[in-house]
Amino acid sequence: MSDENVLDILEAQKVKSFLKNSKRIDGRDLKEARNLEIKTGVVSSADGSAHIKLGNTEILAGVKFSVGKPYPDSPENGAMIFNLELSAVAGHNFQTGPPRIESVEFGRVADRAIRSAECIDFSKLCIVPSEHVLLIFVDCYVLNADGNLIDAAEYAAMAALLDAKIPKLDANYKIIYSEYTKDKLAIDINKFPASFTFYKVDGKIICDATNAEEKASDCRFSIGVVNDNIVSYHKGGIGTFTTLEIKEMMKLAVEKYGAIKTKICDVK
Amino acid sequence: MNEEKRHDGRSNDDLRKIKIELGVNKNADGSCLFTWGKNIVLATVHGPKPMFPKHLSNANKAVVDYKYRMACFSVTERKSPVPGKRDKEISLVSANALESAIKTELFPNTVIEVNTLILSADAGTRVAALSAASLALADAGIPMKGLISSVAAGRANKELILDLDKHEEDAPDAVDMACAVLMPQKEIALLQMDGYVNIKDCEAILDKAVKGAEKVYEIQKQVLISKYPIEGEINE
Repeated sequence: MSDENVLDILEAQKVKSFLKNSKRIDGRDLKEARNLEIKTGVVSSADGSAHIKLGNTEILAGVKFSVGKPYPDSPENGAMIFNLELSAVAGHNFQTGPPRIESVEFGRVADRAIRSAECIDFSKLCIVPSEHVLLIFVDCYVLNADGNLIDAAEYAAMAALLDAKIPKLDANYKIIYSEYTKDKLAIDINKFPASFTFYKVDGKIICDATNAEEKASDCRFSIGVVNDNIVSYHKGGIGTFTTLEIKEMMKLAVEKYGAIKTKICDVK
Repeated sequence: MNEEKRHDGRSNDDLRKIKIELGVNKNADGSCLFTWGKNIVLATVHGPKPMFPKHLSNANKAVVDYKYRMACFSVTERKSPVPGKRDKEISLVSANALESAIKTELFPNTVIEVNTLILSADAGTRVAALSAASLALADAGIPMKGLISSVAAGRANKELILDLDKHEEDAPDAVDMACAVLMPQKEIALLQMDGYVNIKDCEAILDKAVKGAEKVYEIQKQVLISKYPIEGEINE
């Protein structure tokens, strides 16, 4: 990366020297995630919203419905459009402008976990088959970036989706803004997806990396989990993993699933 | 083990037919035309060459600029030539996978351009493109730690299978795991999956993909040896 500066390199060296003794710079255990705080219903103009803090990583997710045409291959289903915005407020190395490749990648990984879990009942979003369906727009804004944006975005998106209320429509199938039906977006809690990203630093696997740890890492691996099933995989970064490491991370992700699910589903 | 054959007559661990030609593109420093079942991929390599704009270059290593693109006519419904999010994501993860095989530290401030174009698609294009790109790099004489051998494995109609084609990928219970392995080190350089699968099957699919990648590696190695005969033993 050309945006490498001396401070980043020094910080990475510190992370690595701590890890030699199996320690992390913030005192966490290698497999320990940071504290997760969630608030929902934080933006009144959105149909559903959530603000989450994962350590110092902060993401605001908003859900907006709109009426549109269904995809030709699923005329009786609504659809979800997922977007992750690495806005300039997120940190010194983010600029305004066209989306950077990272934001495309992170957004797609978080999106894939939710999509393959099949937790949203898209058939309930049909208004007139082949003509009008409700489209769910999920937009995640990174407000402060301190590592592990994929997991944070996925948690924020799920919390916002769980908070989403279905808007009322007029006779011409237009949304009547700020009027809602009694229905919430149909999400099957038994298929709740959670994403877990692991980072490899000097051959050691750590959970929920901070920015400094991410910079020191060779590569990362994200796993989408539903109960004890795996719904998505994504390896990022330049280094490599062994098959054994992949299997170890899968087990860890499944172990961590229950706590995250409870935390996000029980928000009020 | 179910002995019933797949819809195209393959057994669960069979690859589709692979045909590889090296040096097909005269303008490129290295190239490879990879025919994998109904997939056809052209991969070309230019470089290492000076990088422009300069601020994108890296003073410590070569930048690997990998592009995955699909021809408009390569899929059933015409694809727009404008690269979408999918193309960008695949380009990025493939570049990362490929970079783990290249000795980029030998060529600071340069770019190695790797372009892959899917001419015909029938599932598993990203892995076909990577396998082709890895050979094109070797054809260009770029120093590498190993080859990237990649293949997809997954599940269709309750069977765990290697190298899914489009028909199998569209099965209602389909799981598709794209896997690229740095060979002969057997390290995983790219791994993507979507589906709905329990841990046990997931591990089995992973093992199947790695075994499949070894098969692809053998084919790649033979192609390289027949174009560039070597004397004595291969040093692994």
